[in-house]
Amino acid sequence: MTELLKIQGLKTQFFTSAGTVKAVDGVTYDVEEGETVAVVGESGCGKSVTALSIMRLVAEPAGRVVDGNILFQGNDLLQLSEEEMRKIRGNNIAMVFQEPMTSLNPVLSIGLQLTETVQMHLGVDDAAARARAVELLGLVGMSDAERRLDQYPHHLSGGMRQRVMIAIALSCEPKLIIADEPTTALDVTIQAQILELMKNLTRDLGVAMIIITHNLGVVARYADRVNVMYAGKIIESGTAEDIYHNPKHPYTLALLKSVPRLDQPRGAKLDPVEGQPPDLARLDEGCSFRPRCRYATDACAASFPPTELIDGIHYSACFHKDKLDSPMKEAS
Amino acid sequence: MFKYTIKRVLLMVPTLFGAACLVFFLLRMIPGDVCELRMAGEGGYVDEDAIKTCQHDLGMDRPKFVQFVDFITGFAVFDLGESMWTGKAITHELGLRFQLSLQIAIMATLVAVIIAIPLGTISAIRQDTWLDYAVRTFSIAGIAIPSFWLGIMIILGLLISTQAWFGEPWMPPIEYVSPLEDPISNMVQLIWPAVATGYRYSAVATRMTRSALLEVLREDYVRTARAKGLLERIIINRHALKNSMLPVITVIGIEFAFLMGGLVVTEQVFNLNGVGKLFVESVQNHDYTMTQALVMLVATVFVITNFVVDLFYAWLDPRIRYS
Repeated sequence: MTELLKIQGLKTQFFTSAGTVKAVDGVTYDVEEGETVAVVGESGCGKSVTALSIMRLVAEPAGRVVDGNILFQGNDLLQLSEEEMRKIRGNNIAMVFQEPMTSLNPVLSIGLQLTETVQMHLGVDDAAARARAVELLGLVGMSDAERRLDQYPHHLSGGMRQRVMIAIALSCEPKLIIADEPTTALDVTIQAQILELMKNLTRDLGVAMIIITHNLGVVARYADRVNVMYAGKIIESGTAEDIYHNPKHPYTLALLKSVPRLDQPRGAKLDPVEGQPPDLARLDEGCSFRPRCRYATDACAASFPPTELIDGIHYSACFHKDKLDSPMKEAS
Repeated sequence: MFKYTIKRVLLMVPTLFGAACLVFFLLRMIPGDVCELRMAGEGGYVDEDAIKTCQHDLGMDRPKFVQFVDFITGFAVFDLGESMWTGKAITHELGLRFQLSLQIAIMATLVAVIIAIPLGTISAIRQDTWLDYAVRTFSIAGIAIPSFWLGIMIILGLLISTQAWFGEPWMPPIEYVSPLEDPISNMVQLIWPAVATGYRYSAVATRMTRSALLEVLREDYVRTARAKGLLERIIINRHALKNSMLPVITVIGIEFAFLMGGLVVTEQVFNLNGVGKLFVESVQNHDYTMTQALVMLVATVFVITNFVVDLFYAWLDPRIRYS
């Protein structure tokens, strides 16, 4: 497989009255063609800002990408002019947002919102764009597509709106789709449908996907590779298998233990991650997970642990990665 | 949409009826009446019988309820009756004045919209730049400066500049001509009061456009539009402006209705014989029929403007159209 996206040392900061918020602090990962990569973490760990940084949609002047490279098919997106970047958005890289209820424009018809992207980037005429829109709605499993085009977002349920968002994202046959918590706002049953749909479509169409989530359950089934983010940094990465069965960072381990699992014995207690995520405006030199970590030592306060290879593509940034218990043993 | 329209039209009736009740009874609570004022206004002695006769002639000695029914039924069939003060038909008194006030209101609205929407949009897009500050200063000034003062300045400016350039002072014509008769001299006369009132009006609308647009630009769907790689022009015009027009249209509607009866001082400054001046005179004269007619006229304009605003709402927002 060839490399599609390569993020190197990305730093995005927000300049607020309370100080500089290091929302993304040296993130490095890559995505290969057709691959599904997950970025997992708590709210406010910088995972959405990473996505917006790739799209160059971080709200300026409050926020800015201050360092790093984002190579997409070899070109650094951060070096492109605004006009060049605009031609990539929606065309080569598309995005599906978290909140389907507010991400569609309430006063424009579904048809217009679907066709405008195609018309913008592919320059096709109205009839062709409409035909494409019907085709796309069929692709995302919406019946009666012709009629849907003349409807407005308020006619549709949350799940249906998210299908429309996915259809919009797919409309120009992008190379990469960034899905920022695509199912968080939906009912559990609908969540599964939407994830299944996204997985099937990206596999069938050969589209790479970055799926941003706080739900490790999503990761297990849909991602080829997983990046675990904490306080603006990727603290562990590897295959879904690595992360699930052999976590090498206390945070990943803590996350796994906080999620109920069917393969655990009945009556096993959930073990929440204690404390709050740190204030990103007040990070020190040391490991940012230290205050919540049961393995923390003085070394953790002195410097941030380097990212080290475990095996294969499994990396972890922890001084104590070899002292960690297996998640299974801990649970029983 | 059809049902919505019908519902809105039917809702006008109770509003107008309420306005009619209020004006009818409030007017009669003011001490004195048109007969006393006309005969004894100078403080001299007047025979009681003469006042009684006058009141009888004007139908004011009938029971209040009968007078009220008379007024309501008259209004319902557009028969406004005669002015109690001049004795002439109210429609005759109103004729040109209403036309003049309506024309100024429409022109001021046009001036306001033409200024406000582009300025408000630029101000929002270029938030916190010198352009934004300039627009905000311009609009704050518009709110702070009274229209009549601006009117005086405009007239003085015209006099002084024409004197300086052509050696002969020039002032806009004082006599009102219908735009159908002589559109040019009509425009030359009315453009100045329209600008004087339109400036303040535009200031309100500019600020509303700016704040509404700023709010919409933070919405998720605008971020979606950006993520689609649309041109900035399309994002603003199609995705943002349409959503931000709702509060702006409300403000424009309210201001328009206000202009119909509220331009008393500006009319004085430009020596225009409009509805505002007539309004003040008729209240001073205790001219019940005229005041009632004027209040109902302004109320009707208000209600119709609101109706038009609601139609705009429905046109802009499908959630209203389909509910």
